[in-house]
This record gives sequence, structure tokens and C-alpha cells, in this order.
Amino acid sequence: MTKVDVPITPALLREHKITPEEFERIKSVLGREPNLVELGIFSALWSEHCSYKSSRVYLKEFPTKGPRVLQGPGENAGAVDIGDGWAVVFKMESHNHPSFIEPYQGAATGVGGILRDVFTMGARPVALLDPLFFGDPDAPRMHSLIDGVVRGVGGYGNCVGIPTVGGMTLFHPAYNKNILVNVMAVGLVRHDRIFRAKASGVGNPVLYAGSKTGRDGIHGASMASDVFDDEKSKRRPTVQVGDPFAEKLLLEAVLEVLEGDAVVAIQDMGAAGLTSSTFEMCSRGGVGMKLDLTKVPAREEGMTPYEFMLSESQERMVLVVHKGREAEVIAVFEKWGVDVATIGEVIGEPRMELHFHGETVANLPIAPLVEDAPVYRRPVVFPEPQETPVVLVPSVSVDEALRTLLQSPNLCGKRWIFRQYDWSVQTNTVLGPGHDAAVIRVKGTNRGLAMTADVNPRFVAAHPERGAALAVAEAALNIACTGARPLAITDCLNFGNPERPEIMGQFAAAIAGISRACRALETPVISGNVSLYNETDGRSILPTPTIGMVGLLEDVTKAVPSAFQHAGDEIAVLGETADELGASEYLATVAGVEAGPCPRLDLERIRNVVDLLVELADKSLLSSAHDAAEGGLAIALSECGFGPARLGADLEFLTALSPTSFLFSESSGRVVISYPGSNRDAIQAAASRHAVPLEVAGKTVPGRLRVAIRGAVVLEMDVKEAYGMEEARFPRLMEVTR
Amino acid sequence: MKPRVVVVVFPGSNCDRDAAHAAELVMGAETRLLWHGETSLGDPDLVVLPGGFSYGDYLRCGAMARFSPVMQSVRAFAERGGAVLGICNGFQVLCEAGLLPGALVQNGGLRFVCGDVHLRVESERTPFTRRIPAGTRLRMPIAHGDGNWVADPETLARLEASGQIVFRYVDESGSRTPEANPNGSLDDVAGICNEAGNVLGLMPHPERAVEALLGSEDGAEVFRSFAASRA
Repeated sequence: MTKVDVPITPALLREHKITPEEFERIKSVLGREPNLVELGIFSALWSEHCSYKSSRVYLKEFPTKGPRVLQGPGENAGAVDIGDGWAVVFKMESHNHPSFIEPYQGAATGVGGILRDVFTMGARPVALLDPLFFGDPDAPRMHSLIDGVVRGVGGYGNCVGIPTVGGMTLFHPAYNKNILVNVMAVGLVRHDRIFRAKASGVGNPVLYAGSKTGRDGIHGASMASDVFDDEKSKRRPTVQVGDPFAEKLLLEAVLEVLEGDAVVAIQDMGAAGLTSSTFEMCSRGGVGMKLDLTKVPAREEGMTPYEFMLSESQERMVLVVHKGREAEVIAVFEKWGVDVATIGEVIGEPRMELHFHGETVANLPIAPLVEDAPVYRRPVVFPEPQETPVVLVPSVSVDEALRTLLQSPNLCGKRWIFRQYDWSVQTNTVLGPGHDAAVIRVKGTNRGLAMTADVNPRFVAAHPERGAALAVAEAALNIACTGARPLAITDCLNFGNPERPEIMGQFAAAIAGISRACRALETPVISGNVSLYNETDGRSILPTPTIGMVGLLEDVTKAVPSAFQHAGDEIAVLGETADELGASEYLATVAGVEAGPCPRLDLERIRNVVDLLVELADKSLLSSAHDAAEGGLAIALSECGFGPARLGADLEFLTALSPTSFLFSESSGRVVISYPGSNRDAIQAAASRHAVPLEVAGKTVPGRLRVAIRGAVVLEMDVKEAYGMEEARFPRLMEVTR
Repeated sequence: MKPRVVVVVFPGSNCDRDAAHAAELVMGAETRLLWHGETSLGDPDLVVLPGGFSYGDYLRCGAMARFSPVMQSVRAFAERGGAVLGICNGFQVLCEAGLLPGALVQNGGLRFVCGDVHLRVESERTPFTRRIPAGTRLRMPIAHGDGNWVADPETLARLEASGQIVFRYVDESGSRTPEANPNGSLDDVAGICNEAGNVLGLMPHPERAVEALLGSEDGAEVFRSFAASRA
């Protein structure tokens, strides 16, 4: 594709995923046929990935405002006030399609991209979380996909020096041919140093900084907007290659440049590279740009305008700088050994003029490609939620079921993964991986930030609206278990093919559920990402709206760990357990059935539990708090014993449920707490004030977990043995060579 | 008097701020981050080569950083008896630069490894351990892919004989076991010093273990010992 003036054939349109209707629209916008460069630009900006054309009408439903929100969706990342003039900046993104094709580079560049979104805002990245969704561990290629993704996340994040403090890992056959790699980045910035990507000032120079542009990743944005089939394997070269060392230098250079006041606007080149970054900056500022593509630093000889505009080479930024201040900006990039070049200037007319060797190779209006891009209200069929209760006759004992769950891929220990991530660099990690939420301190203040990423896709599949709301509720409980108050969320909405009405139905219902929960819990949506077309050979993934949440601890020294701390502490369970085995891990793993309704959700109750946990932590009444989620109370109680003290518990409950229902139901809003017995009265009083049911169940003891119901022992297990099983499973799973 | 500490920043260093923070917190040090292109160290009491991925660890860990202009000054400083502490990547740079013997190769498990380890103080030969009785057990984090220290048998014997092996990996009870060694390093070596004792390199991160809030204060002993040994 070297020539600009090639005839636009139907085949060329198909290759660019431009529909005949869209092509008519392009011709009417331009009043002529586009040339090849322009077609490429339309194709990228109108792709699902960049334009959100299928999802945009629904995303408007999200609550995005709140008293602490400094920046909502629409910028590189969102920002929330955390006091003392500091803001937390965060966002989550997917890198699903590239990671399936080339797991190491796909995951690595996913980390790189989301870090740039954060430091482009002027924030220093302080943490990463990586929610990962894999297929059946025994599925073809799955071992190498898991291994490659974990190495890729670690290889990039470790090198740049950002601790990976949390995440989640889920296995389900629905991801066999569409793994999901979501990455969340969190950064810190002073309020008055938040930078935005709004170009302005006619005559201001446009600078390019970062790695040279190569031919990698051309059309990554349109690849991410397509379903896979074997034919598409020829798209392999569209995966980009990451260079974390270049990212580290770019990060330091950008943060140093942003300390001054020479920069008007800055944006990273993510999907659709130079195209989306420049068009979006112009769109936000209502201006245009004139660029000379011959000035763009090139990695290869003979690159064409088409390639310059659509390359997704990594570790690159576009800056608009105050006229006359270029030299000081350029000097900083040069100090850090980062390539930098002036490639054009801001113009008043909202158009993009691209020049190459003296020729005009594209001349396009901004608005029709960005804010007025096509919006589709695709046909929607709302799936019938599963509400028929599951009737189950347990075929195994409680002990045996717990052993099976502890050794299941979903519930076994994931130390094998997070030992490969540097989670203590930057010396802020108070609670690292393995807790309900990670907690980092904010140096120079007393505060701490709690962060988590969560979703139960099985719940969302059973009931998209409630399942998505449950994901927000679960994230809020994770945050509150550490004693932090939930602040806001980011999301990564991973779904199947939006051209299928039932997938759009899942999507619309999930957005409604997230919105409802976020309103109830006062956690606005401040940023996010949509990944559609996660479908291969006609099979879609489970609907996976991953929720990333950040919370604030006013006093980080009061952070509450998840595991039991002291023998002899009293144990109580907050919330109520109902007969809710539907869509549970028990049902899927032990009984081999995926059916039934997901648990009920009472958002007022969740809110009360959150308030209670925050109050108990603030008064330093708790030794530990851990929420009961996948695997129910049995797994939660076991995990409480897996801290350094390896403590068991001696417990008796008064439930009327069967042992299996009681111990493995996944009813929402339950938390296992432990505390010195002398705090019992204060805790009970607080619980009744917050209208949260509390059952005092027993004490922590060394060595054994023993649970009785109304006098009859229903579960007894050696904690070290349980830990050994849970711990050994994942490494063993990864050892098997195939 | 406050100790003056210079922390060298190579392109790709990422524990430079952490080291400065720890030195300030534990020793009340006056710290200065020094870009690798500089050659003037000033008149510090301690030079820290911090952890990270200098030059991306491309080619070989520390192999490029040893050619940085600042390293000539660091070498001269060390030869005059100045105290130099190389942590993780800094240890790798010191080995590449020939300021410490042996080399650091890829972990035996072939994977990056992060987590807490236990170290046993084996020698009081350096100012960094002079005030910590030999046999003391310290808990602190590691985070590295290439921490597997190797040397020929003669070098190992010489280091052992002259008390240059400063830290070894041990288990919680203080015993050397194969499981306690996270990277397969020769003879469980975690840190060594030069013959004069003024240059110390270690793979674990004492600067990450100076506050109870973050899980361990044992690393502070290393900085305290240095500060006390000056007095």
C-alpha cells in the first residue's frame, strides 16, 4: 500500500471493515471519494475499538459525577480527589485479541498502554492489577497462553518499576479461544498538575516523542473489532512489540516535562496510533492540525503516509507545546534519550491536513471522524434471566467438596503467578496480592489507597443485570474489608459479537446493573474500556464486565488484612446465608452443573456492610476481614487460615440450611471477621446500628478448621494440609508439559 | 552530622527513589539522585547503585551501565575506600564493573521471583553489617530474574576465608536449605563485599524493609549499621 490514489474497490472496503452504508456516508462527508490514506483513517476511527459505535448509546447511562470526581470518562484516564491536594488517576483496559495471538507481547503492550494513559495525565503510576480470564487449563495452547501472559505482564511492569499488587484469575472453557487480558493502572498526581489532551493555540507546535514508528500493529484497532476465525490468522503481524525500557525513559521524561508549564496538551498513541491521538486532541479542543509525516521518526525506510498514520508502534506520545517553548521540552526528552521531533502545528480550522514530501496526502474534517462518528443502536434481545432454583442432592461429603474446590484452578492459590510480579517496588505496598484488596500508602500523607478488580462472569451469564451489579457490590466489599471507603470504579466491558442481538442484550443489561450498583454505592464510573467481538467460531465468551475499584483509607496504619492474625480471637460472620448454590463454583466444579440463578442482591445491605466495615476498621476493632464469595463460607474460612499464622477456627452456626448449602452458597454481602473478644460488644452495637446481621460463631485456634451446625460437626480439616493442597495445585498444573 | 548519600540513576533504574527514601528515613541522610551521565559525586559518605533494569537489562544485566560516565567516579571513590552499596541491579553492575567478584546469571527456576526471603548475616566485615552480630536473621523482599550468583571454586573459597560472604539465604529458623535459596545461587550466597569491605552488593532489597507498615524493618539494620559505623 504505497500509492495514495488507488481505486476504492469493494474488496478494499471489506479489508478496512467499512460497510457500503458507511462508505456512502464518507463520500457525503467529503463530497468526493477518499484516497487510501483517508480510507485507512476512517477505518481506524470508525472501528468499534475507537468509536464505541455499538456501545456508546449505553455508556451514557453510567453515573459519572460525584463530589470527589475531578475527571470523568473522555480523557486518557479518570481522576478522583483523595485529599491534601492529591488525586488518584486510574483506568482499566483490555488487550484480549493480541494476547491470544502472541501472549507475551500482547500482555506486555497491554501493560504499557494503560501505564501511558495514566502518566499522560501527569500522574506517576503507583500500581497495576491484572484480571485474567483463561480457558480450560487443558485446552490447546492454554498452558503457553497462561505462561506467556504472566511473563508478559511481569516482564513489562517489573522493568518499568510499577508494582503489580492485585488482580484475579478465572478459568472457564468459554475463554478457550478468546482469553481476556485486562490491566488496570493507578497513579497519583497533584490536583493542579493534572494534564489533559485538549489541543489549542493556533500556531502551537505539535511534537512527537518516544520510540520510532515502525510497521508493527498496523490496523490493530480494526483487528480488535473483528471476530476470529482461522482465516484471520494471517493478521498475525498486527500484534505490536513492547519495549519496557523505552517506556520507563518515556515515563520519566514525560513526568519531568509536565513539571513545567510548556505543555498545552498531551496524549499517548494507543490504538490507531498517530491517527486517533491527533484527531482526538483536535476534537476536544475544536481545532485542527497540519502535520508533515516526513518529520515522524521512522524505524524503517520507505514507510508510507498510510503506514505512519496507522502504525501502532508502542511507547509514543503526541504533545502540543506553547510556541517558543519547544527547545526546553526537546531538551528533557533528549536527556532521557527519547526520540523527539516537531511534526506540525495547530491550525484554527478543525481539519487534519497531512503532508508528505510536499504533497497533501489527506485533508479531512475532524468532527465527522470523531464526535460525529457512526453510532449504532443495534438490535437487542434481552436474555431470559435464569431464576429457576437448583435442586441438588449432594453426592460428596462437605470435606471432600472443600478439598476439590481448594484444588480447582479457580480457587487454588495463585502465588505461582504473583511471585513473578514485583509487587513491592516503590515501597508503598501495605497489603499485596492475596488480600481482598491491595493497599498502598500515599507517601507524604497518612492515607492509603485500596484497589481491587472483580467480576463473576457466571453470575453475569445467569442474569446480566444483577450479575454485573453483583460485580460492583463484590468489589465494594473487597475494598471495605481493608477498611477503605470505596471511591469510584473503572470498567473493562468484555463481551461477544455486538451484531448478535442477545450479546447486545447482555451488554445493555450489564450496563444497567453496573449503573444501578454504582448509584447505590456512590461509586461513579470515571473511566473504562469496551472490548467486543470476543467470539471465535461462533462461540462467545461469558459476558465479562470487569470492575476495577479504588477506595480511600484515611489512616493507612489501620488497614485490615484478610487472614486470621491471633489465636484466640473471636470470629463472627456478617450478613446472611441463603440457599443460593445457583451459578456457584460448587455447582460447576463439584457437581459439574452450570445452571440456576445467581445470588440475590440487596444493595442497601451491601452499603450497610461497607459502612460497618469502614467504621470498625477506623475504630481499630478488627484483626481481620475477608468476604465470602466464590466457594462460599467454606472457602472463605479456609483462606482466613492461609495467612502467616496458619490459624484454624472452631465454629458453630445455628443455620437451618443443609451443611452443603450453608457452606458453599455464594449469597452476597457476607464477611468473616475476627477480633479480640473484648471488642465484641462494640462490634455488635455497631452492626445493629447499621442493620447488619452478625452471628458470633467461635474462635480462632491453631491448626484445625472445625465447623459445627447445631451441635453436629460438618467439616473438619487440618489447615496446613489444606494450605498445602491449595498452594501446590497451580504450580503442578503449569508443570505438565504438552 | 547527617550522612550524605548519593543514589545513582541509570536509565532504567527503578529503585532509586526507594533507596533515597530509606536512607532519609533510617539515617536522616541528605540524599541526592545523580544522573549516570554526571561524573562528579561530590563528597558523599555513601554511594548507592539502586535496583531496577538499567538499559532494560538488554544484552546482560548491568553490562551496559558499567560503561556509564559516573562509574569511573564510583570506581575511584571505591578505591579510595568510599562506601558503595549495590542493591539488586546495583549488585549486578558492581560485578560487571569488576568491583565485586563473580557474576549474576538467570535464576535457577528460569523465572522472575518476588517475595520475602530470610538472610543470615555471615560477616561483620563491612560497615553495613558491622553492628549486626553474625548469625542474625533478617527478613526482606527480593524481586529479580537474574540473582543467581556464580563464581569459580577458588573465588568462593577465597571469599569464604576472608569473610567476604556477607549474607546467605536461610529458612525461617536460620538454616540453609535448598528451598530457602530462591534463585539457585552458589553456596546460598545473597550478598558479598570486596576485600576491603567498603563495597557491598546484595540481591535482596533492604530499602524495601525499613518500615513495620510494609511488613519488615529488618532492612533498616543495614542502614543503621552503616550510620553507626561512621560515628
